Amino acid sequence: MSGQAAPAGHPDVPYEPVFVGKTRERLEALFPKYPTRQACLLPALWMVQEARGWISPQAMAEVGEVLGLTPAYVKGVVTFYTMYHRHPVGRHVIQVCTTSPCHLCGSSDVVDALLTHTGCGELGATSPDGRFTVIEVECLGACGFATPVLIDDDFIESVTPERVPGLLARYA
Amino acid sequence: MGYPHPIHPRETVVLSKHFGDAGARTYDGWVERGGYQALRQALGMTPAAVTEAVKTSGLRGRGGAGFPTGLKWSFMPVGDGKPHYLVCNADESEPGTFKDREIMRWTPHQLIEGCAIAAYAIGAEVCYIYIRGEFTDPLAIMQAAVDEAYAKGALGADVLGSGTRIEMVIHRGAGAYICGEETALMNSIEGKRGNPRIKPPFPAQAGLFGMPTTVNNVETLAAVPHIITRGGEWYKGLSLGNPKSTGTKLFSVCGHVMKPGNYEITMGFPMKDLIHDLAGGMRPGRTLKAVIPGGSSVPIMSAAEAEAALCDYEGIVEQGSQLGSAGFIVADDSADMVYEIYRLARFYAHESCAQCTQCREGTAWTTKILERILSGQGKQADLDLLLDLADQMTGKTICVLSDSCAAPVVSGIRKFRDEFDAYLSGARGPVLAAV
Repeated sequence: MSGQAAPAGHPDVPYEPVFVGKTRERLEALFPKYPTRQACLLPALWMVQEARGWISPQAMAEVGEVLGLTPAYVKGVVTFYTMYHRHPVGRHVIQVCTTSPCHLCGSSDVVDALLTHTGCGELGATSPDGRFTVIEVECLGACGFATPVLIDDDFIESVTPERVPGLLARYA
Repeated sequence: MGYPHPIHPRETVVLSKHFGDAGARTYDGWVERGGYQALRQALGMTPAAVTEAVKTSGLRGRGGAGFPTGLKWSFMPVGDGKPHYLVCNADESEPGTFKDREIMRWTPHQLIEGCAIAAYAIGAEVCYIYIRGEFTDPLAIMQAAVDEAYAKGALGADVLGSGTRIEMVIHRGAGAYICGEETALMNSIEGKRGNPRIKPPFPAQAGLFGMPTTVNNVETLAAVPHIITRGGEWYKGLSLGNPKSTGTKLFSVCGHVMKPGNYEITMGFPMKDLIHDLAGGMRPGRTLKAVIPGGSSVPIMSAAEAEAALCDYEGIVEQGSQLGSAGFIVADDSADMVYEIYRLARFYAHESCAQCTQCREGTAWTTKILERILSGQGKQADLDLLLDLADQMTGKTICVLSDSCAAPVVSGIRKFRDEFDAYLSGARGPVLAAV
């Protein structure tokens, strides 16, 4: 590893807090909307993920400190929800639905096309160039528009294997 | 309307009238289309009179349970001095169901208005709308609409100059099917893992933050403004003969049909016509094999059962299944029922919150046994094992997730036994790698 910079989240890298300045203001603006600080946990975790792309153990500890919760409690909540990333992910996260309605309509071929054209090779993996991570998700709630694919925050309906290369080209 | 398709002449469009019409998304656009009259009218009534109108309408919960909405509201205590909460369940995650998404992305103010009326009826000053994290478009559209409603005085400390306070907060979920279960949803808002709670206490006694709470589905709440302006009797009159199932309902139809979409029909409409006429029927050369009508959590219907059923709560029960959330998963003769049942079991295993043993172990082992069958290593005894497991998973847990996993398995083995036998005898080759 010598000569290489340690990645963000590595214990050797000093932790940069998320909840400072504008982000802190955004979080504090939520406090009056709920009778407890704990209720701001899911929104706070979203803010971390928005800022850092994933939620590191240090970030969990910071969220706990800001909201008056223990790091272990925060981790327990983070691990319950599938959308929070506990490891670094590619620059763009692709979530493809494969539950029965989409499976009936050919989502397996969409998955194959995504894995091939991103270079990810397998579900859950990040492409060697760090550009994409492809994950399989359970029902995206758009079964009439099979196969729906969520790329970052872009919800794309009716994806076919043929559309995949054109879609990916939009994401650098 | 059968969005993305034009309105079919046999539809009765109430909720879906403005689907596809982006002009309906703004506050002014909604007012131009008659919006916010119902809220104004409701604020001039007593909360009890609003609840009474909803009781008269016969409206039942559209999230899946079908509980009478007015009755649910009437469980809320009056004059108890505690804060009351309204929670709108927009965690639409039931496989096959995609109706609430269209309500939110095309008619956000229809939902806000319904929420505000319901909040007034139950004495709640705060309404949380819990939207699943993956619904990025509905989240953005609903947040913009709530902000606009505040700016126009339709929400806040003095709703439409009535002196009534109603605050509305959009709360984003983070990926968990179980949070669609009302007590899990409340835990999730509170910043906890989404584990369902033991009932009682029921939400009306001790719900969100321990306070009296009503949880209603998006489609249920969206129907409320129409009931207020047009009257409970009008809504009730939309029933096609069955007084227990009233009004219109959005039916999501997906899978092997020519025109998947959301069709709004009056309760009691023939299922055969919904599938073969409105939704465009099967692909050329294909025939109907099965329908799972309630979203995936209900027994699978054979083609004959589906074609004989009426689309309402009782009509579908008569044909051996349940209406649920009315997300129809349609399979034609090309479908491999064993694989599809396995895929559903895998869904439930993935989504189990794991607090009850029967569910945590049952969903996982059901998936593994089905995997074994699909990999060509199954034994005849596996079917009995699956049925035995399903029995242990039914009616024995805090919530109904494990019952939901058992329903397609039991009905699938009963109705499509030949497909299981084909894998067991080797007549059909394995489709999964050996485990």
